[in-house]
Amino acid sequence: MKEVTKIIDKIRFSLLSPEIVRDIAVAKITIPDTYDDDGYPIDGGLVDQRLGVIDPGLRCKTCGGKIKTCPGHFGMIELVRPIIHVEFGKTIYTILSTTCPECHTIISKTAKKCPNCKAKIPEIKFLKPTTIFKDGAAMLPTEVRDWLVSIPDSTLMKMGLDPRYARPEWMIISVLLVPPVSVRPSITLESGERSEDDLTHKLVDIIRINQKLEANINAGAPQLIIEDLWELLQYHITTYFDNETANIPPARHRSGRPLKTLAQRLKGKEGRFRYNLLGKRVNFSARTVISPDPMIRLDEVGVPLKMAEELTIPVTVTDWNIDECKRHISSESYPQALYVIRNDGRRIRVTDITKEEVLKELKIGWIIERQIVDGDIAIFNRQPSLHRVSMMGHEIRVLPGKTFRLNPITTTPYNADFDGDEMNLHIIQTPDAQAEVRELMKVENQIISPRHGHAIIKPTEDHVSAAYFLTRDDAVFTRKEASKLLIIANIKKLPKPDKGDKYSGKLLFSLLLPSELSLKEKTKLGDIVEIKKGKMIKGALDNRVLEGGLLERFFLIKGPKATRDFLDAITKISLEALRWTGLSVSLKNYSLSPAALKTVEGIENKANREMENLILQYKNKTLERSPGLTLKETLEFNIMAVTTRTRNEAGKIVEDDLGQTNSSIIMAKIGARGSLLNAIQMSALVGQQAVRNKRLKRGYIQRSLPFYKKGSLKGKERGFVYNSFRKGLTPDEFFHHAMGGRESLVNTAIRTARSGYMQRRLIHALQDLTVQEDRTVKNGKDAIVQFMYGGDGKDPMYETTTEYMESAKEDAVDTV
Amino acid sequence: MKKKQGISPYSAVGIVAAQSIGEPGTQMTMRTFHYAGVAEHVPTGLPRLIELVDAKKEPSKALIEIFLLPKYSKNQKKVKEFANMVESILLSDVASIEEDMDEKEIRIKISKKDFKDLGLKEEDMGAIIKKAVTTNKLKISKDLLYIVKLKEGKKFPLRSLRKLQIKLSKVLVKGVEGIKKAVVVHEKGDYFVRASGFNIKGALALPDVDPSRIYTNNILEMYTVFGIEVARAVLVRELNSVMELQNINVGVRHLMLLADAICADGKLKSIGRHGLSGEKAGVLGRAAFEETIKHLVAAAVYAEEDKLKGVTENIIVGQTIPVGTGKVMLSMKK
Repeated sequence: MKEVTKIIDKIRFSLLSPEIVRDIAVAKITIPDTYDDDGYPIDGGLVDQRLGVIDPGLRCKTCGGKIKTCPGHFGMIELVRPIIHVEFGKTIYTILSTTCPECHTIISKTAKKCPNCKAKIPEIKFLKPTTIFKDGAAMLPTEVRDWLVSIPDSTLMKMGLDPRYARPEWMIISVLLVPPVSVRPSITLESGERSEDDLTHKLVDIIRINQKLEANINAGAPQLIIEDLWELLQYHITTYFDNETANIPPARHRSGRPLKTLAQRLKGKEGRFRYNLLGKRVNFSARTVISPDPMIRLDEVGVPLKMAEELTIPVTVTDWNIDECKRHISSESYPQALYVIRNDGRRIRVTDITKEEVLKELKIGWIIERQIVDGDIAIFNRQPSLHRVSMMGHEIRVLPGKTFRLNPITTTPYNADFDGDEMNLHIIQTPDAQAEVRELMKVENQIISPRHGHAIIKPTEDHVSAAYFLTRDDAVFTRKEASKLLIIANIKKLPKPDKGDKYSGKLLFSLLLPSELSLKEKTKLGDIVEIKKGKMIKGALDNRVLEGGLLERFFLIKGPKATRDFLDAITKISLEALRWTGLSVSLKNYSLSPAALKTVEGIENKANREMENLILQYKNKTLERSPGLTLKETLEFNIMAVTTRTRNEAGKIVEDDLGQTNSSIIMAKIGARGSLLNAIQMSALVGQQAVRNKRLKRGYIQRSLPFYKKGSLKGKERGFVYNSFRKGLTPDEFFHHAMGGRESLVNTAIRTARSGYMQRRLIHALQDLTVQEDRTVKNGKDAIVQFMYGGDGKDPMYETTTEYMESAKEDAVDTV
Repeated sequence: MKKKQGISPYSAVGIVAAQSIGEPGTQMTMRTFHYAGVAEHVPTGLPRLIELVDAKKEPSKALIEIFLLPKYSKNQKKVKEFANMVESILLSDVASIEEDMDEKEIRIKISKKDFKDLGLKEEDMGAIIKKAVTTNKLKISKDLLYIVKLKEGKKFPLRSLRKLQIKLSKVLVKGVEGIKKAVVVHEKGDYFVRASGFNIKGALALPDVDPSRIYTNNILEMYTVFGIEVARAVLVRELNSVMELQNINVGVRHLMLLADAICADGKLKSIGRHGLSGEKAGVLGRAAFEETIKHLVAAAVYAEEDKLKGVTENIIVGQTIPVGTGKVMLSMKK
């Protein structure tokens, strides 16, 4: 493998002098046309064959190269009269207005007389984009050029210009560089008609006017006509560079579409920089729909066989793998070598015909390109790639089917779901890169997020439910059941039963834990979970203990690989255990008893009374005004308080009535899925709808719907939804709910755009900040930004570590 | 497991910080915050974060917190008096200011009730108004009526009259300029004044103000008064409170790095084309961000050199980026 070194050390930007232009140009372009009647490129025309080739089969007249080897060559147009380059108008003006026209020393912009030679300084004015006035009269580009030419190098150096690279007169164009045809390829339409690139169109215009100007000068036309044509040439050259110049009408295509000229090609999101230079297209990649598979390891990705047959990895043939390489070459089916690259770089396709010969000739140092197999490494990615865990290293697992398979536990970092999401896969080609991906990017190395030091790949949903059921005090398993569960997690030793002849779930779960692990933490509900030296003693796990204390401690004690296996074990046991107990929700789970419904109605009536009372007080002006609020605001504030309280009260009823055995309530409480609010809205009442955190008021004049009374302050008419989703919303409630829903949709759309731009700015501003060997942080200019990263040189990935270390110490004291 | 917890050399901490702050942006709500009596709709979440990142811009709702010296800060009455003292009252708050186009004069009628409530003294008013009136004639009549006669010989008398009226309505009668709606707040055992607006210099000039605890959420103001170190600290605190209010957990190190980058040059530099991104070392890096043509043209004129030290620049030319493993070379002994 070739050693990778930096090839480009630096890039210098400079202006092109007419001499350089003449030097690099291989052809003088004089004819404002492309092809002749026979469809042959015209010599001296805009697609002169010396400018390079774009048609397959032809050879370049300059370098003799073919379509892929000829880089293209520049041509030139000799302008009969010089033209000011749009982009330099302002710079030229600054130079003119700060130099003396007589002695060319630097003078003050406001000087009336040269302090050096006492010459009178003319008044210089600038009119965007290219006109410069001297004492009120427009200067001709020739005059401007003469002035600039006469400024000596010494003066320019004082201005900060380097005359070797940028003499100011070079800002005035006397010879226009014509880009190679490969930069402005023409396209052949289906009809056989050729359609030229926008730049070619523009260059045709320029040559045409240039010729007309020349003819008029030679014919001795009046100055006025010459200046008009000169001005027109200026316009064409201006729009050739930038077709969006302020105060200049954009040049248009025959169809009326504005032309895309040089500046437009570079600029913006779809411009050369952001689209082509910062975003590169890659080979060895694949994309398809994702679907879940909890039975594969979380650091694996299931790849469809069809894809695996297309994607390859280059393997250098060595003494140690030559037999394996030969096996790949000779193989008739799937793990095959598709190509063999010889030492001289020749690439041979492995086919039935070439197979024998390749096998015979295969030598150490050759490279075979073999299809990917299980265990190969790849980068898996889901857009938008907002943080580094949006791209992680996965091991390939070739599977039947047509979708990528992904362990659902890794959906959090990718922010993926399986409702049709697609993801990309990149096969890593070089051994160096493969090593980096395995050591730095693998999923197990990303379990802890660098954002806050907490787990980002963690048990969710069913894992949490199962862990809860498994560790509850009433979870008891027979010997048969226990064996079945444990063998799934690859634990082959059955411990002694602790509940008579049965096994407690806590005991079984403890077998997954390392003996170094001890913790005592509170669940969301405030119950205490205690683990001592790897044995679960008390409490049932919920998501807070599971992902926080337990998983993160596990990671710190056992490291990435063991944590990965732990998560996989939990996943498998969970699924099995859940299948036994069953966990699902039905309409019944959200049906309140008639008594509870009555209570809810009572609460609603109470809320109505309270609201009416408040409104009455408001109308009588007996409502006490809160400080800093108007009376109306006070009313709204108080009513909003009533509505929230109403919903909370209903929440208590719902919780009590549905009971602690209701699966949806359990899931909400242990943090597996859903919240109490969901249950309230489904079974009791939906509650107040709001737009901009205020009760609904807009739509029609002083009301939200036309059949309400104007200015009504009542609950229902201002968006309070009394019904539950289960019972069904009335049409006006439905509409109010939709109003609230619409607001949140609009907000989300706006937010994504705004936060996207903010993140782009942040990335751009901070991307060159790196930690040095001495743990200082330096920026792109090698200036120190922090003397010690984060003040202590700690990795933010271990931000929570100290906490756990502290509690571990306490724990040690505890157990002694 | 024993693992070093120090940051690895060449870590791309900048990128990680930018991602850690930027990624939760999509989850933030646009909710605004309400400080009772002081200000409504104080932005939190994404809008506030953008404001902070723009460093130089003034916040859309500035707040100031003024503590009195520790010996007074338990004294509710004293703090209340102080609140009345700082709150700025403009002439237009206490008086009707009417212009008389015919007579070319402005009549200022002060409402007695407001006047008394605020504890203003009649004899001071003349001087206060006089200051704004400058060369124009001021006639003080009884019953708190002041008449300002426009100076003769003005080129556009009516326009001058209107200008004068606007100027008069903004005359500060009492309090500290720029500080509005002061309210006494009781938090963590101390009474202090929270007000909308900001004017640290003005507030510090008042007696008994504790200079070590005065605070405003306006970074620029903190920078101009106290300097860059304070600005940095305030920036971290504000960033942190934005994240906390949204229940988003972001390590302080990332926020500190952002604040340090903004403050690294000794003055506040915004994140964006007018600040840090516009002053980056590499031409290509700047051109790739925004204002492509402007940067390329300027680079040509000044014959700039791009040393390809940055991430973007190396991506553009197709080389390994100088970050992480891209910064070290390994070679095997032969």
